[in-house]
Amino acid sequence: MREELLGIIEKNSKIGLKELAVLLGSSEQAVLDELEALEREGVICGYHTLIDWEKTSIEKVTALIEVRVTPQRGQGFDKIAERIYNYPEVRAVYLISGGYDLLVIIEEKTLREISNFVSDKLSTLDSVLSTATHFILKKYKDHGTVLAKKREDEREIIMP
Amino acid sequence: MTKELSKKVLNIKPSGIRKFFDLVSEMEDVISLGVGEPDFDTPWHIRDEGIYALEKGKTFYTSNSGLKALREEISNYIKRKQGVFYNPDSEIVVTVGGSEAIDIGLRALINDGDEVIIPQPSYVSYEPCAILANANPVIINLKAENEFRLKPDELLAAITDKTKVLILPYPNNPTGAVMEKDDLDKIARIIVEKDIYVMSDEIYSELSYNGQHVSIASLPSMKERTILINGFSKAYAMTGWRLGYACAPSNIIKQMTKIHQFAIMCAPTTSQYAAVEALKNGDKDVEVMKTSYNQRRRFLINAFKEMQLECFEPFGAFYVFPCIKEFNMSSEEFATRFLEEEKVAAVPGNAFGECGEGFLRISYAYSLDNLKEAMFRMKRFVERLRESNKKQ
Repeated sequence: MREELLGIIEKNSKIGLKELAVLLGSSEQAVLDELEALEREGVICGYHTLIDWEKTSIEKVTALIEVRVTPQRGQGFDKIAERIYNYPEVRAVYLISGGYDLLVIIEEKTLREISNFVSDKLSTLDSVLSTATHFILKKYKDHGTVLAKKREDEREIIMP
Repeated sequence: MTKELSKKVLNIKPSGIRKFFDLVSEMEDVISLGVGEPDFDTPWHIRDEGIYALEKGKTFYTSNSGLKALREEISNYIKRKQGVFYNPDSEIVVTVGGSEAIDIGLRALINDGDEVIIPQPSYVSYEPCAILANANPVIINLKAENEFRLKPDELLAAITDKTKVLILPYPNNPTGAVMEKDDLDKIARIIVEKDIYVMSDEIYSELSYNGQHVSIASLPSMKERTILINGFSKAYAMTGWRLGYACAPSNIIKQMTKIHQFAIMCAPTTSQYAAVEALKNGDKDVEVMKTSYNQRRRFLINAFKEMQLECFEPFGAFYVFPCIKEFNMSSEEFATRFLEEEKVAAVPGNAFGECGEGFLRISYAYSLDNLKEAMFRMKRFVERLRESNKKQ
């Protein structure tokens, strides 16, 4: 049940317990137990909402920053990653294989705020060797969901 | 011109529910639970392979029986799923959908006056195809109390010395019924004893929700007398690509390929290249779609239970077949009023044979949101009918 349950709530965390039980062919109690176990184990880390901010009047700028760092003895990349992810404006930090080490995703209200973050905070960290900042111009698909306009059902009527 | 058209064709009855469908096509903003095809797009990697084939200029005919690479993948697939080996060089033909395979399979088997046993409710084209092949269709009316499975005594009662072939349409459209191995064992024993052929239409084989689908061709002494039909439409959401196939002993495939070669030439080339990709790398997509169908299936069964509508739990395809006999009206009347009053279209059960009267085919090839709205309206409709029946 676990995988199917996670599959459903990853797409719709708003779904009610009763409906979950129906879709999974299980009892409400069993689903509740499983959800609580998943939360306890830290498998479920939160119930977020996917928002297309473009469609609101609220200004948001998102940037992907490639960061090259010097790993620290005994701690690898973890220590420097922690110093970066502790900033609340940082949305995500990933350790990456290839040309650079950390991918930092940051969201701010304005371009200036992001450039301030990069120049004042990120670049000045001791182990940071270099950064390259990419601004997101348009989001087509996010978290597996296409943000473009929904398509109509184009299936034609055919006699069975 | 005064000369009459083909009597045989003129005598084929048009679908009994054409009026209903004319009505559906005229109305707007209808939630249609009537369509028999997946709501998913063909998985992107499969479409991409079709596009790539076009870009590379693979726009010629393929060999009559289909691309060798595709026949090999089909052979691997059946071996993997059913444990039966079909020789890709002589025992497989790639067709324009499963429908073509039904047509040429029957034409390859039938002599004038042979009897074709067709269990109903079932897909609408078996009977006309049998008639066009000059066979006499013999209908078995399946029963709701048997969950629309074919029972050995029903089969025995239908067999005569003219019986040539049994059509075995499972998982079933429109009922969603399946035949499990135990059911098939009993049928197979009769088939072997009476020495008849089976045309096993397994187009919905991947959509089995209670254990893996078992093909009758995998049972002892059955491969030699079975035409196994399958295709890409339902499992891989590829209806518009028009691609299916038949697997059978080489003597049958040889004759089927002859008809196919003269009537069709070969199945669409682009589709065949895409289908190779589907069989090679499509297992995960099938699993994802199946999981989603299964959730919708459970949702509908629960919705019927809540509105106390009689319905057996179907374990195959993407249809449920609730009973509406309690309302004292025909399937078509029910479906028409449901359409007019609530703007929801479901197919009257009698479209799939007389014994489908009193039932409704509801497809769950729709998003859960659509199904929720449809069931909300159905509950309202059913309650209104019960209320007015009480008053009378």
